[in-house]
Amino acid sequence: MDGAPVSAEQPLVALRGIVKEFSGVRANDGVDFELRAGEVHALLGENGAGKTTLMNVLAGLARPDAGTVEIRGDDTAVRSPRAAIDRGIGMVHQHFRLVDRFTVAENVTLGWHAPKALLRRRPLEREIARLSELYRMPVQAGRPVWQLSVGEQQRVEILKNLYRGAQVLILDEPTAVLTPQESLALVDSLRRMAAEGRGIVFISHKLDEVMAVADRITVLRRGRNVATVATSDTTQGELARMMIGHDLPQAAAPDDRQAGAGVLRLDAVEADDDRGLPALRGVDLEVRAGEIVGLAGVAGNGQLALAEVVVGLRPLSGGRVLFEDRDVSGWSIARRIGAGIGYCPEDRLRHGVAPTLSIAENLIAKSYRRRPVSGRLLLDRRGARRAAAELAERFDIRGADLDAPVASLSGGNVQKVLLAREISADPRLLIAAQSTRGLDVHAAEATRRLLLEQRNAGRAVLLISEDLDELVRMSDRIAVIYEGRIMGTFPAHEADEEEIGLLMAGRRP
Amino acid sequence: MLVGAVSGFLAVNETGSLLQGVAAGVAAGLAASALHAFFTVTLHANQIISGLGITIAGTGLAALLGRSVVGLPPRASFEDVDVPLLGSIPGVGDILFSHHVLVYVGFVLAPAVWWVLRHTRLGLHVRAVGENPAAADAMGVPVTLYRYGAVLFGGALAGLAGASLSLAESPGWSEGMTAGRGWIALALVIFATWSPLRVLLGAFFFGALDVLAFRAQIIGVDVAPTVLGMIPYVATLVVLVVVTLLGTRRRLGAPEALGVPYVRDG
Repeated sequence: MDGAPVSAEQPLVALRGIVKEFSGVRANDGVDFELRAGEVHALLGENGAGKTTLMNVLAGLARPDAGTVEIRGDDTAVRSPRAAIDRGIGMVHQHFRLVDRFTVAENVTLGWHAPKALLRRRPLEREIARLSELYRMPVQAGRPVWQLSVGEQQRVEILKNLYRGAQVLILDEPTAVLTPQESLALVDSLRRMAAEGRGIVFISHKLDEVMAVADRITVLRRGRNVATVATSDTTQGELARMMIGHDLPQAAAPDDRQAGAGVLRLDAVEADDDRGLPALRGVDLEVRAGEIVGLAGVAGNGQLALAEVVVGLRPLSGGRVLFEDRDVSGWSIARRIGAGIGYCPEDRLRHGVAPTLSIAENLIAKSYRRRPVSGRLLLDRRGARRAAAELAERFDIRGADLDAPVASLSGGNVQKVLLAREISADPRLLIAAQSTRGLDVHAAEATRRLLLEQRNAGRAVLLISEDLDELVRMSDRIAVIYEGRIMGTFPAHEADEEEIGLLMAGRRP
Repeated sequence: MLVGAVSGFLAVNETGSLLQGVAAGVAAGLAASALHAFFTVTLHANQIISGLGITIAGTGLAALLGRSVVGLPPRASFEDVDVPLLGSIPGVGDILFSHHVLVYVGFVLAPAVWWVLRHTRLGLHVRAVGENPAAADAMGVPVTLYRYGAVLFGGALAGLAGASLSLAESPGWSEGMTAGRGWIALALVIFATWSPLRVLLGAFFFGALDVLAFRAQIIGVDVAPTVLGMIPYVATLVVLVVVTLLGTRRRLGAPEALGVPYVRDG
């Protein structure tokens, strides 16, 4: 290994007072982080806690607004990923940056400066084989990347960094895409790298694996440090509390209110994701009239697939979806909408509204078949406008002009357009996914109020959110989803942060 | 190609030097492609629109520039050169080794380009910016530089092809003398599924079709000559359809970021 020896006192990397803002939101708000040679250091926190942002700063992908990055005592700013690599910092992102059609070897050497002009396959493949052997990360250097499993691709990403002499390796949620066996093997490889004096940063929100892999753990919450602890001095329970926060608000929902009849029932539902991997593995869930069921879980554990299965956007591969006791599994989307299923998707601008159409047109996008919007054959322009204007008034949509494109509105107002459209269709079930994400405090409050009103009006609401505080405050019942399975369902007033945290991380307490 | 053809011919007409003619053709191709590169790489314009625009403009410009020399006999032109020994091999000798110099340049260039793309760092980077510019960028490959380079290289070759038409194949200049061969070249690339080696084979195939139209007339096939003249173009359509149908197995096809402008996010 090259590079100056690192003394025991001097950390490999020290980040001090890092501040990074994205359009007004402080992703990092004065974060400190220290990495020693020879340790695996876990960075733990919920989604949006600022873990990835912090590491992007270290890897030269984001420039901090304030604070210093010190690598082996040198605090020159890291201006680009290339500069970071040259100083021994390598990052493996959640989304791999590999050229699919290239072989493993070609990907490993891409952009590197040695050997100079000619690609000499043999020595390159020998070096890859050596590294792969050394760290027990089997890859076949001559195979094209598109033929590899996700786990193999990840190993290529890691090798790419080792080949460039990385002394610090950052892995952003590396196990999210791995099978349990692959995860174990990865942890073993990382240990070997650390044993040679490298520093490994392991970003995660899964408690058990953090306990298994890390020497020390730094917990972030909402862009700030909570604590840095040695793994041997802590417990999963303590970590869950630190990660989620001590002050879970009291549930707002009165627990004596009566929920009505079942509106939506999922019966052993199974479905695949876009890559053909199982996204839902036997989900049972019921949502009754006049209640909000909150679906808690870390992003990517099947929430999206669940919503899409109910709405009709994703085919079932097993089980049934029952809506008001009718099996709607085979129904078209239009028929489900007609029956009273409303959906506010997570990606508002892409799936929720037609961004370049006007506010008015978006508002009537689900009522265009009926009076007063529709005439006998054609749209009734004036009726449509009146309807749209009424909705804008009622839902307090503050965009100057109904004819302006929806994309010109703020996030909060886009959300109002979406909710106004869905609610005005008078649904009996409303699915709201990440409805307050990215909204400012007031818009988020307004959105929550609207959803609570729907519940109080006797509608069934399925609320999907990664914000646990919000779920506890708004829901009557909470269901926790993990890897396509419902881990548990319980009344919100019995919610226990530790228990939910463990369930979200795939552990049954 | 037309711009290259007319520039090459004009230069030879002025100077009498074939070398300068070829240089002028290449330079004209470079200029046209520099414009294309600026539009598509720097301004992120749609390649098809920019390409069509420049093609139409180039056709008109070539016609304008060449007005004074239409039908003039060339002051110099490339003669066929028999390659010693190889040229006298019965059968293939005539086909492969009895041409003007620029054809041999093509023979050499195709495998050379293949070799560079395959075996050098330069080639690796060129392929990477076409497949996944974001990955290349993250690894420190200057995407814009490489994309400019690739477009300019292509333009230079197109100019060279034009010059070879007006200085060797059918010495002289007439409007629209390429007769759509540039488009056939595009089809050829798809036919060859992006391999410079197969392009060479494909070029022979299309060349044969071209000749077929001629020969059929000579031996008196009773079909209107205009219909025979369509053969290469109809064949292009057929080939495109067949290759595209087969090529839907995506790994055969085009580079993944072909024609996609690269905008770095963040």
